[in-house]
Amino acid sequence: MITLEAYFDYVILPILSISVMLVFIRLFKGPAVVDRVVALDLIITIGIGIITVYSIRSNQEVFLDVAIILALIAFLGTVAFAYYIEKQKDD
Amino acid sequence: MIEIVLAILSTVGALSILFASIGILRMPDFYLRLSVTVKASTLGVGLLLICAAIMFPDVSVTTKAIAIIFFLIITAPIGAHMIGRAAYFTGTPLWKGTIIDELAGMYNEETHELESEESDTDDDDTPNIAKTDEETE
Repeated sequence: MITLEAYFDYVILPILSISVMLVFIRLFKGPAVVDRVVALDLIITIGIGIITVYSIRSNQEVFLDVAIILALIAFLGTVAFAYYIEKQKDD
Repeated sequence: MIEIVLAILSTVGALSILFASIGILRMPDFYLRLSVTVKASTLGVGLLLICAAIMFPDVSVTTKAIAIIFFLIITAPIGAHMIGRAAYFTGTPLWKGTIIDELAGMYNEETHELESEESDTDDDDTPNIAKTDEETE
């Protein structure tokens, strides 16, 4: 009988880690700067998922506060990048 | 019983995050990448957070999880819209198989305002579609 803890450790977390690695390829490759911005946003979003799974596994519900802050930072970062990329083109 | 529900929720969440990352790697165009990424990753993280909300028998965790899901659902489309708009203005080429670009010539280049009618400045309304795969890959 597989326990839920082993399932989180050996299936869910490796899937999320592989996802982050695939997005990193796009972050290094991306032809335009907007591709890199989207890849960075996706990395932070996957990071929220990893933090959630880790807080389930370690029984520490305090880690969810970090997830709230990361969601805020990801949104602010994307909006700021979009604003300045658009401004930079006008000059 | 509740373990089966948790396993199903976390599996669907992790798989949709995996599909989002495969999509951002394999899609041929910035706009297709944006379209794949935002929806799938929001769904995946939302399901993982619901998983955490069921797992902890505590009201504060449920409140936090619902707050994060609400915030993600509110902000992800706004960020995607803004970065897609910036990409369109800076001239990111569309995929070479794109059939129609309905925004071509509709934006005022000076004020960045969208005009619904046929504008006067329609001298350059050729859509910005890439000729080869190397331009967008």
